[in-house]
Amino acid sequence: MNNEIINEKARQIRVDIIKMLYLCQSGHPGSSLSCVEILMALYYKAAKVDATNPTMENRDRIVLSKGHACPALYAILADKGYFSREDLWRLRQIDSHLQGHPDMKKTPGIDVSSGSLGQGASIAVGLALAAKHKKADYKVYVIIGDGEVQEGIVWEAAMAAVHYKLDNLIVLLDYNGLQIDGSNDQVMSIGDIMAKYRTFGFECIKVNGHDINAITEAINIPVAGKPKFICCETVKGKGISFMENHFEWHGRVINTNEYNVALKELGVMTNV
Amino acid sequence: MSESKSLRVAYGEALAELGAKNDKIVVMDADLSHATMTSIFAAKYPDRFYNFGLAEVNMMGAAAGFAHSGLIPFASTFAIFGTGRAYEQIRNSISYVNANVKFGLSHSGLSVGEDGGSHQSIEDIALMRVLPGMTIFVPCDPIETKKAVFAACEINGPVYIRVARPVVETITREETPFIPGKANIMKDGSDICIMAIGLMLTEALKAADILATEGIHTSVVNFHTIKPFDTECVLKMAEQCGAVVTVEEHSIIGGLGSAVAEVLAGNSCAKFMRVGIQDKFGKSGKPADLFAAYGLTAENIAAQCKFLIK
Repeated sequence: MNNEIINEKARQIRVDIIKMLYLCQSGHPGSSLSCVEILMALYYKAAKVDATNPTMENRDRIVLSKGHACPALYAILADKGYFSREDLWRLRQIDSHLQGHPDMKKTPGIDVSSGSLGQGASIAVGLALAAKHKKADYKVYVIIGDGEVQEGIVWEAAMAAVHYKLDNLIVLLDYNGLQIDGSNDQVMSIGDIMAKYRTFGFECIKVNGHDINAITEAINIPVAGKPKFICCETVKGKGISFMENHFEWHGRVINTNEYNVALKELGVMTNV
Repeated sequence: MSESKSLRVAYGEALAELGAKNDKIVVMDADLSHATMTSIFAAKYPDRFYNFGLAEVNMMGAAAGFAHSGLIPFASTFAIFGTGRAYEQIRNSISYVNANVKFGLSHSGLSVGEDGGSHQSIEDIALMRVLPGMTIFVPCDPIETKKAVFAACEINGPVYIRVARPVVETITREETPFIPGKANIMKDGSDICIMAIGLMLTEALKAADILATEGIHTSVVNFHTIKPFDTECVLKMAEQCGAVVTVEEHSIIGGLGSAVAEVLAGNSCAKFMRVGIQDKFGKSGKPADLFAAYGLTAENIAAQCKFLIK
């Protein structure tokens, strides 16, 4: 997939995210837009997955631990063909298989239910350790948020990942610096996050979190005997001028005027 | 009959035996393997034993990951830390998705003894009972503990096995059925029914003997499965006896007593009383002294029964 196609795909994913969130009048726009390229690097480049066989035994497992960003994941899964794109417009509605947070029991392609922050990081350690136990060669990818690393379980999981030498585990941090109540530094500073993971014993790499090729390259760097941490520097609300770098857009409802402006910025003319 | 063994040793031995039959079984512990007795399994199957250190919440999350990978994890620590500290992991990572995780948690109830109230789990059944799809076993002796472990392995979904610390005498037989969700009538009488769980079965049977000397015919029922609950048996015994006393080494709020009350309410006019820990925390002491201090003795159970039907 060349860069032109990738960029066009990213634009379309963002359009779908905005439309989904506008239609359901709830959800998390800033957080979803922030991790689009991280998820795309996995689903379109790095991860071994097959939309025609979502439960393939030897597939790579992908855990969106920051589950509130699931609109981005749903848009990608629909584009990949895990389910109909029409389903997206029923996000968060009664009877929809697209829940407010990822649900492995309802949605094809979701490996792990998540949303209670920190728990996905821990489940991913279990998945990776189980793969080692079974002598299977698939990888486990987990996407965490920067507010999420304030949860203690993230560090219990990190300690175990290094202890059990889980070189099949790749932790990707969506590092946009903002959380619901403000910036990380205002709410609870997470300090030098690279140093923290390095001290725990991870191989640590920092990349531009909106550069799919850079993320993919970082994922593909071989590491033996220890887990990998990729700090993806991102912009919350990426792609929509009035959402970018505003913590208020973590979980704000999109009104009709904002919807029209947002889609216009993404090159779509609307008439709502 | 009356072979003595602690339930936790029975638990560890059962895991090791089950491990031989099913290679999907893996065992996890949080630095308490020599107390929960998962060490027995670890010695036999070191490659299938994973210590998670003092990190119970991560152990429960990782257990979900194991289950999602087709393995059958048995995660163990003390009941207070497993059901308490890791509650939301059990709720969201395990129960919410019906992950096939088993947790055999030991040192439940007052019978932990000297370690005191901080370590005595008296609310674990209440915490687990409100989770949809959870199965809860409270074995009363070593034989039943082994049966609970084997039954848990046959259930597709989360199972909590409440294991007590002390050495106890066996009061059931190898041939006694252990059907999940089906209570066992251990003694059949028509004047009053004592419904009990775990170590309290021994006290309940002794209470029935005391009452017999006074001409009171007592039923004793073992509710080894708290969830799914044998409501049919509760109503049948309530009708047969007209008076019901529950006995548990747990808070009277949210445990067996509450489960029975929920069945009786609106369905029965039987007299009813709960013997258990009366909305208090535990404290240090020898288990027998604690049972006496908190009214969990045959003598007190018999006295309460007489009071109820006087």
